[in-house]
Amino acid sequence: MTTARPVGRPLALLALGALPLAVMAVFFVLPVSGMVSRGFSDGAGPVLDVLGRPRVHRVLWFTVWSAAAATAVSVALGLPAAFALHLLSWPGRRVVRAALLVPFVLPTVVVGVAFRQLLGESGPLGFLGLDGTAAGIVAGLAFFNVAVVIRTVGAAWESLDPRAGEAAAALGAAPLTVFRTVTLPALRPAIVSSATVVFLFCATGFGVVLTMGGLRYSSVETEIYLLTTNLLDLQAAAALSILQLVVVTVLLALAARVRVATAVRRTVSRPRRPRRGDAPVLAATGLLLAMVAAPIATLVVGSLRHEGHWTTANYRALGTPGTALLVPVTDALVTSLRTAVDATWMSLLLGGLVSVVVTRRSHGRAERRLRATFDGLFMLPLGVSAVTLGFGFLITLGSFRDDPLLVPIAQALVALPLVVRTLAPVLGGVDDRLRQAAASLGAGPLRQFLTVDLPVVWKPLLAAAGFAFAVSLGEFGATSFLARDEHPTLPVVIFRLIGHPGAMNYGMALAASVVLAAATTVVMLLVERLRVPSIGSF
Amino acid sequence: MRKRALAISIITTLALTSCSLGSGSDDGAAGGGSDRVVLVTHDSFNLPKELKTEFEKDSGFRLVVRQSGDAGALTNKLVLTKDDPTGDVAFGVDNTFASRALKAGVFADNTPTGVPAGAEAFDLPGDGGARLTPVDDGNVCVNVDTTWFAAHHMTPPATLDDLTRPAYKDLFVTPGATTSSPGLAFLLATIAKYGDGWTDYWTRLLANGAKVVDGWEDAYTVDFTQGGGNGSRPIVLSYDSSPAFTVADGTSTTKALLDTCFTQVEYAGVLAGAKNEKGARALVDFLLSKDVQAALPDAMYVFPVAQDAPLPADWSKFAVQPTKPWTVSPEDIDAHRDEWLRTWSDLVSR
Repeated sequence: MTTARPVGRPLALLALGALPLAVMAVFFVLPVSGMVSRGFSDGAGPVLDVLGRPRVHRVLWFTVWSAAAATAVSVALGLPAAFALHLLSWPGRRVVRAALLVPFVLPTVVVGVAFRQLLGESGPLGFLGLDGTAAGIVAGLAFFNVAVVIRTVGAAWESLDPRAGEAAAALGAAPLTVFRTVTLPALRPAIVSSATVVFLFCATGFGVVLTMGGLRYSSVETEIYLLTTNLLDLQAAAALSILQLVVVTVLLALAARVRVATAVRRTVSRPRRPRRGDAPVLAATGLLLAMVAAPIATLVVGSLRHEGHWTTANYRALGTPGTALLVPVTDALVTSLRTAVDATWMSLLLGGLVSVVVTRRSHGRAERRLRATFDGLFMLPLGVSAVTLGFGFLITLGSFRDDPLLVPIAQALVALPLVVRTLAPVLGGVDDRLRQAAASLGAGPLRQFLTVDLPVVWKPLLAAAGFAFAVSLGEFGATSFLARDEHPTLPVVIFRLIGHPGAMNYGMALAASVVLAAATTVVMLLVERLRVPSIGSF
Repeated sequence: MRKRALAISIITTLALTSCSLGSGSDDGAAGGGSDRVVLVTHDSFNLPKELKTEFEKDSGFRLVVRQSGDAGALTNKLVLTKDDPTGDVAFGVDNTFASRALKAGVFADNTPTGVPAGAEAFDLPGDGGARLTPVDDGNVCVNVDTTWFAAHHMTPPATLDDLTRPAYKDLFVTPGATTSSPGLAFLLATIAKYGDGWTDYWTRLLANGAKVVDGWEDAYTVDFTQGGGNGSRPIVLSYDSSPAFTVADGTSTTKALLDTCFTQVEYAGVLAGAKNEKGARALVDFLLSKDVQAALPDAMYVFPVAQDAPLPADWSKFAVQPTKPWTVSPEDIDAHRDEWLRTWSDLVSR
C-alpha cells in the first residue's frame, strides 16, 4: 500500500470525485453552456457589443455593491447571533435557532409582501423610508441570508476547542483580545465560506431586488430574467451570463486565498450559561431576532384575520380544495417534504464526497491547484442565473427534462455549495497527523474516517442537512423554471393563491405560508434533536 | 484507499436505489406513447379534477399537465424547443406573445370543431383561428376603491388622463411592465391611446406620484386600499373581474374604469411535431366545450370566449367588461416590445 501511494492516492480521490463531477457535467455545465451557446449563434460580435452598453455596466456595478453590502451586514449581524445561539445555553435557543431558517424557506413573493406591508409607505415602519430604495434591497437580502452565516459559523464555533481561548484569558487577555487573536483566526475559514455563499445568493437573488427596489434597480439576475423570459434576447442574456460567471470565478478565487484552513483542535464544548459580559452580544442577537420576527409576525397576524375579524377560517379553508387551490395543502406539504428528503440526501452525498476530496492534504502545488479548482467548480451553481440553468435544462436534457427527479436534483445542486462550505472548513481543520496516527495504529481508511473525521463532522453534517432541506422546501432558483407534474409543492400553492384577487385567497396564502414556516421549524428542531453529544467525546 | 472508494460507491448505490422517495410520485410520465396527451401551460392554469376525468373518459387519453412560469416564459420555452416539443398542446400564449410563437413555427394548423358562438371575435388578427384557438379573455383595467373616494368626498378618476391630474397625486399603484403581464398590458393601453406621446404621458404619470411595483400581488395586496393588506392607494391596476372579489353586503367596494382597459386573450394550439396529434386536437376541442368554458371564471379568473357560457352570480353583477378596450396589433407588439420596454424601464428607473 505504501509503495502504491503516489499513484493510488490521486486515483482514489478521482474515484471519489467522479460522481459529483459527472452530476455537475450533466446538470450544470451542459445546460448552461447549451443556453449560452445559443446566444453565440450569430458569432461573438453581438454578444461583445452588449458588454459595451452603459446599462450593463450600471447593472453590474449595482449587483456587486449591493451584494457586498448585504454580505457585510449579514456577517456583522450573524457573528454575535452565532455565538449567542451556539455557545450560550438559554431556554428556547433551539427553537430560535430553528426559526431563524424560516426566512430562508419562505417564497420570496410572500416574504416580499410581508416585508413591504411593514416597510411600505402605509406600514408601521414606513417612516424609515426604505420602500423602493437600495437600502431596502440590502436589508431584504441580509434578512434572507443571515441564517447562512449563523449556521455555518455557529457549527464551526461550537466545535472549536475553547482551551486556547481560556489559556489566553488566563494570561490576562481581555475578552475582545481573545476573540480577535484566538477565536477569529480559527473561525476565518468558516466566516469566509459563509460570506462567499451569502454573496452568491445576494448577487443572484432577484425576487428581493424587484420587490424591495420597485423596479428602480436592476441586477444582473433581473436583467437575465427579463432578457430570457420576456424579450428572448439570447445574445444579451449570454453576455450577462458570461459576465456573471467571470465575476463569480474571480470572487471564488479571492475567497479561496483568504480561506486557507489551519489545523485546529476540535472538541465538543458544552454551551455555557450567559454571563454579564455577554450582554452586548445578546442585545445584538435580540435585535436581529426582532428584525426576522417582524415580517413573520405580519404573516401570522394576517393569516388569522378575515374581513376584520380574528378567525381560523383561512386555515380551515386550506384543507378543502377550492377554486384557486388545486389540492389540499396537506398534500402539497407532503410533496414538498418528499422532494426535500430527496434533495437533502443527494446534496449530502455529493457534498460529502466533494468535501473529502477538497480537504485532503495535497502533495505538491499542482494537486493543490486541482483541488482548489474542483472546490470552486461546485460553488458555481449558486452564482449562475437560475433562468439560464432552467432554460438550459429544457434545451439540453432531452427526454429527461420532464423527469420528476429533476426538481430535487436541481435543488441539490443549489444546496451543494452550502453543504460543502459547512463541511469543508471543519474537515480542513482536522489535523492530518490524527489520521496518520490512526493509520500507524492499524486503522484502515474507513476506520480512520469513522474515528477521526466523522466525530467532528457530525454536527456540521446535521447543519448542512438542515440547509439542504430548507433550500428544497423554499425551492427558489432553477426549479421554478422546470415543468412540474400535477403534484404541486407548497410554495407553488402559495404562489397561486397570492396571485389571485379575493380576500380569502390572500388569507389562505398567508395561512399556507405559516404552515410552511411551521413545518420548517419542526423539521429543523428534529434535526437538532439528532445531535448526539456523546459521539464527539472519544 | 481503494477500500474507501469501494465503501463509498456501495453507499452511493444503496442511497440511489433505496432512499428515493421522489420515484413514488413518478407515475410513469417518462414512458412515451400515444395513450396520453401532454399539455404545456403556465402556472396560472387550473382545471377542476372532474373536468380532467371527463376528458380522459371521453377521449380515452390520459391528460398530463406540465406547467411552469408565466405566459412569456411559456412562449419562449416553446420557441426554444420547437424542434423537439415538450408536449402536444400549449395553452396560455396570449395576444402579446402570440406573434413570436407563430413566427417561430411553434404551432401546427388546427381547425377545432364545435367553436362556440362569439369565440371568433377573439381570433388573433393575422391568424384568423388557423393555428391558435382563443379560449378565454380578460381585461386589464385601472380599478378604484369607491368607498375610499366616497369617504373622502371625491369623484374617482375615469380616464387615463385623469390619473395625471393633481387631485389624484400619489394615489395610483401599478405593477411594472417589465416584470408583470398586467403591467405590460397597461403600458400597451397607454401606447394605444397616446401613440408616440406615451413617454410624455408616463413622465406626467410618474411625476404625479404613480408608484411602480414588482408584481400584481404587490400592487393589489400591499398598496391598494381594498386588497387585504393595509394599503394607502385607492387606485390600482388590476382586472375587469376584480370587482367581483371585493363584494361586501351585496355591493362591490371597487370598480373597474372601462376607459382604461386592454384585452388579454389566451390561446390554445396544437404544437408542430406533437407526438399525439389526435389527442391534441381532442384537447383543444375540449377546452372550448361548454363545461370547461363555464368553469373558467372560478378556476382561472378569466371570462370564457363562449358568449352563452353562464357566469357566476357575482361576475354577472359586478364584473363589467369594457365595450371598447384599447388595442395594439400583435405584429406591432412583437416588433417594438424590446424598444418599448427599454424606454419604459429608463423612464421608471430615472
